[in-house]
Amino acid sequence: MRFLQPTTWAEALEAKTVHPDAVAIAGGTDVMVAVNFGRLRPAALLDLTRVGELQEWGTEDGVVRLGAGVPYARVITELGDRLPGLAMASRTIGSPQIRNRGTVGGNLATASPAGDAHPALLAADAEVEVASVRGTRTIPISDFYRGVKRSALAADELIAAVRIRPPSGPQQYSKIGTRNAMVIAVAAFGLALHPDRRAVGTGIGSAAPTPRRATAAEDFLAGELASAGLWESRAELPATTAARFGELVASAAAPIDDVRGTAAYRVHALSVMARRTLGWAWTEYRTSKEV
Amino acid sequence: MSAPARTPAGAPGSLTGPGSSGGVGTDAARPDGTLKVRGEFAYGSDLWMEDMLWGTTLRSPHPYARIRSIDVGPALAVPGVRAVLTSDDVPGAKVYGLELADQPVLAVDVVRYQGEPVALVAADHPETARLAAARIVVDYEVWEPVTDARTALGHPRWNQVHDGTAQVTELSRESAHLHPEGNLVRHLKVRRGDPAPTADVVVVGEYEVGMQDQAFLGPESGLAVPAEDGGVELYVATQWLHVDQRQICAALGLAPEQVRLTLAGVGGAFGGREDLSMHVHACLLALRTGRPVKMSYNREESFFGHVHRHPATMRYEHGATRDGDLVYVRAAIYFDGGAYASSTPAVVGNGGTMGIGPYVVPNVHVDCFGAYTNNPPCGAMRGFGSVQTAFAYESQMDALAAELGMDPVELRCRNAMEQGSEAITGQVVDSPAPVVELLRRLEAMPLPEPAPDDLRHRPGGVSNTTHGEGVRRGVGYAVAYKNVGFSEGFDDYSTARVRLEVVGGEPTVTVHTAAAEVGQGLVTVEQQIARTELGVDRVVVAPKDTAVGSAGSTSASRQTYVTGGAVKAACEAVRARVLERAAGVTGRPAAQLRLFDGAVVGEGLELPLAEVLGDDAVEETLEWRHRPTEAIDPETGQGFAHVQYAFSAHRAVVDVDTELGLIKVVEMACTQDVGKAINPQAVVGQIQGGTAQGLGLAVMEEILIRDGRVQNPSFTDYLIPTILDMPPMRIEILEYADPHAPYGLRGVGEAPNISSGPAVLAAIRAATGLPLTRVPVRPEHITGV
Ligand SMILES: Cc1cc2nc3c(=O)[nH]c(=O)nc-3n(C[C@H](O)[C@H](O)[C@H](O)COP(=O)(O)OP(=O)(O)OC[C@H]3O[C@@H](n4cnc5c(N)ncnc54)[C@H](O)[C@@H]3O)c2cc1C
Repeated sequence: MRFLQPTTWAEALEAKTVHPDAVAIAGGTDVMVAVNFGRLRPAALLDLTRVGELQEWGTEDGVVRLGAGVPYARVITELGDRLPGLAMASRTIGSPQIRNRGTVGGNLATASPAGDAHPALLAADAEVEVASVRGTRTIPISDFYRGVKRSALAADELIAAVRIRPPSGPQQYSKIGTRNAMVIAVAAFGLALHPDRRAVGTGIGSAAPTPRRATAAEDFLAGELASAGLWESRAELPATTAARFGELVASAAAPIDDVRGTAAYRVHALSVMARRTLGWAWTEYRTSKEV
Repeated sequence: MSAPARTPAGAPGSLTGPGSSGGVGTDAARPDGTLKVRGEFAYGSDLWMEDMLWGTTLRSPHPYARIRSIDVGPALAVPGVRAVLTSDDVPGAKVYGLELADQPVLAVDVVRYQGEPVALVAADHPETARLAAARIVVDYEVWEPVTDARTALGHPRWNQVHDGTAQVTELSRESAHLHPEGNLVRHLKVRRGDPAPTADVVVVGEYEVGMQDQAFLGPESGLAVPAEDGGVELYVATQWLHVDQRQICAALGLAPEQVRLTLAGVGGAFGGREDLSMHVHACLLALRTGRPVKMSYNREESFFGHVHRHPATMRYEHGATRDGDLVYVRAAIYFDGGAYASSTPAVVGNGGTMGIGPYVVPNVHVDCFGAYTNNPPCGAMRGFGSVQTAFAYESQMDALAAELGMDPVELRCRNAMEQGSEAITGQVVDSPAPVVELLRRLEAMPLPEPAPDDLRHRPGGVSNTTHGEGVRRGVGYAVAYKNVGFSEGFDDYSTARVRLEVVGGEPTVTVHTAAAEVGQGLVTVEQQIARTELGVDRVVVAPKDTAVGSAGSTSASRQTYVTGGAVKAACEAVRARVLERAAGVTGRPAAQLRLFDGAVVGEGLELPLAEVLGDDAVEETLEWRHRPTEAIDPETGQGFAHVQYAFSAHRAVVDVDTELGLIKVVEMACTQDVGKAINPQAVVGQIQGGTAQGLGLAVMEEILIRDGRVQNPSFTDYLIPTILDMPPMRIEILEYADPHAPYGLRGVGEAPNISSGPAVLAAIRAATGLPLTRVPVRPEHITGV
């Protein structure tokens, strides 16, 4: 097996073009599991951990550009205020060891329907910046997921970063697992209120072949908030609105029965998580100062 | 000792441990503790020899199939492959087993479970071995598996039987016999009192316990080294070296002195290493190739490489007076033994003879069955047949209390066993049985505060599923008892060799036994006993091997009792000889002398051991057995079946998110009578660990089987509790001596594993008001969707 260790982004892209069958490795928390189980025997590994650009984050025109190789532990400690939804999702991931190694780039490339970054990125309307020697392009997050563990990434492309606008309102993340830590999501839900755009963002995890948004629920809630003038009044949210939102989120899912849970439970749990997270987000919105 | 020609890296050395030390009753530090904490302790998977080969196992993908043919040619053609073996290459007995020899070393014509070993490969590199194994062509005729214990026995399902338990009439006609003698491994009957009793109040319940795994962290590993005498040295992580040796010798057709075993570092066992795994396989490959062969399972293979806890289905009927006195219990208990017998007969023995809990009941009718199916083989796991029944009988006690409008603890105390009571086997409980005190002490403990406003204390933890919404608290109690040691007439003994000598001016004791240290701390106990009995601080624990006689199994909570008893007896024999010598030197009668702090002391006398012993070593080897038990009557289940009982009780406080079905165990409290805490810190460790394992079965741990196939053979989906699932504990240890046992001690390891899960289940029921008759409880069971 070849082990490629580029130190610059240009070298990394070059290597990926010359060795299209090389498997990129960042934290290795997905790759090495597959290797250990004998499911993956790559002809070459392309180690991205020496590429400095990938390990950085910064802001450009107010948008956070999060390098694909920044581990969850840093998202939690450094970006809790700028990327609250993603930081909350990051807190639910694995164990401290996994959070020290695992990256958002790796989560995206694996594109598992159970990946915890996805619902938060969907809710926040993130964009994925990918590149190859052919050039750089930006993929809206809703177009990124193409099937079970399939993404819009081309064979010669690598993920450079994700771009996320900082929040204009509260964000929440909630995940069901059958133990209280270190667990793969049975179902997960990400929520972002965007008061600046009078919009609502959602993301559903582990309840469809790909992570997906609940667009009908988003439209319904945005509509209710607008028609009742709630964005401005910051009045209490009617319980019926929250309940309906939960139902619409649940109906956007297309789950299956598997060892982790039943389809029926996933649907039920999504409705509860959506209702509860909306309650928490709305309370935060109501009690926060106008900006 | 017949030392092997070459010793592999990672082979165990003698343990002495830290300078500070202590005798019986102290928190003496573990001699292997520092090594383990620093990551320097060598486990079985760390064994290494320069010229070793790697062995791998080809396993059946089918739960039930006939093997039409096996073509090993393509595997042999892979460069680097040194041997490929099938059952034709097993020179001795083709089948082995702990109690019944029914399990093929390598499949013979038929495979009876998914994962059954079919062929072996040895190669220069593990990857080569795996690749070659995948090239072996096995032509299977796939058969329909039998996957339900009652179906296997031809017994009706319970929804067809409303009045009374199913009777064994004959074996099934629908399901084929998986073994020539039929699908019944054992049927145990307990018949006591009135066969047709009636009572004012009757509760009936049906319960189910899923298949739990031992989930030890160090997978099956060992290294076999061919020896010049045509025999083999096997370094292996196991629980009972001599029972392994017996089975390996039979399979290899070798004499015991040709098959020498040494215990490699064991990363947990919990019963899962009582049966053979890679033992014979590695020896076969080593003898065939003339090279050392290492085999080490990965996590997935480990799930197929050892037996699991028997899943059980149980139907109980309890009758009581209006005042809450138990009148009768009828129980039908089915253990699914899977494809091979393993320990099923003894598990049925425990399940049946202790199947109604530590209560006094005049009329009892228990039928306990163990059946063959095409599910994974099940055998020993901590709690051994008692874990399953405790869920049923303690749920029944709660149901009965509810029916009577009585406090559940009150009902238990009213019917509790005590010293002098008769167990359902007619055996008189002839040592303290403080069931009432265990429960009353739990009741008296303060209840925990409401959960603080911190996600880590909520159901769902940091997954952020509730900020208090839907959360209800419940409290549940359970009490259990369990036999210690091997029962039903088994000749249960251990062997200890103890040597006292002066090494480099320092009195030194060497303790040599074959008793497996599996993480529980027996090596510490051996040192403590030697220190107390011989008054010597420096105690060396020799590597565990078959150069000394059998110690029996590290299971059934028995090693501190039985090997502890053997070490104590051997020390006493050494002491007697040393004091005789001292009597000769001093002219004082031996009876007036004792050993203390490295010296012989008496009235106004202190003679250093160096002066008594000079260059001589005093060594004694002896076998020690606990008082005998007896077989039970096959028709009535009556008899002196068990040598000792261990008792423990738990109180669980649980917060349940009733809308999402998620659980946070807030606190576990445990009371246990240990007779005498030889090492109090180790006792607390056993209680904490046992409690966590019981909690795991109650709320998450299950090997999911569909059509005989394992659905979750990894720690991704076989979940065990994390630190956010296992709460802090309150523990009270009682020490009522058992007059029959060394130092009055009782076995500790299993009891807390038995009462913990049922207490958690009771608390979840209390929080939700749901009947919850199956463990592990899943979120769907609580939410109803
Ligand atoms: C014990 C354990 C617990 C876990 N718990 C969770 C959990 O709770 N939630 C969760 O979502 N996940 C969990 N995971 C999965 C894993 O940690 C995450 O998916 C993580 O985000 C992967 O990141 P990584 O950097 O380790 O990826 P790697 O394993 O290095 O790579 C993963 C995939 O991404 C590709 N890749 C990596 N970087 C790039 C890049 N820049 N461009 C293109 N392709 C790239 C790799 O080729 C590979 O296909 C867990 C894993 C383990 C072992």
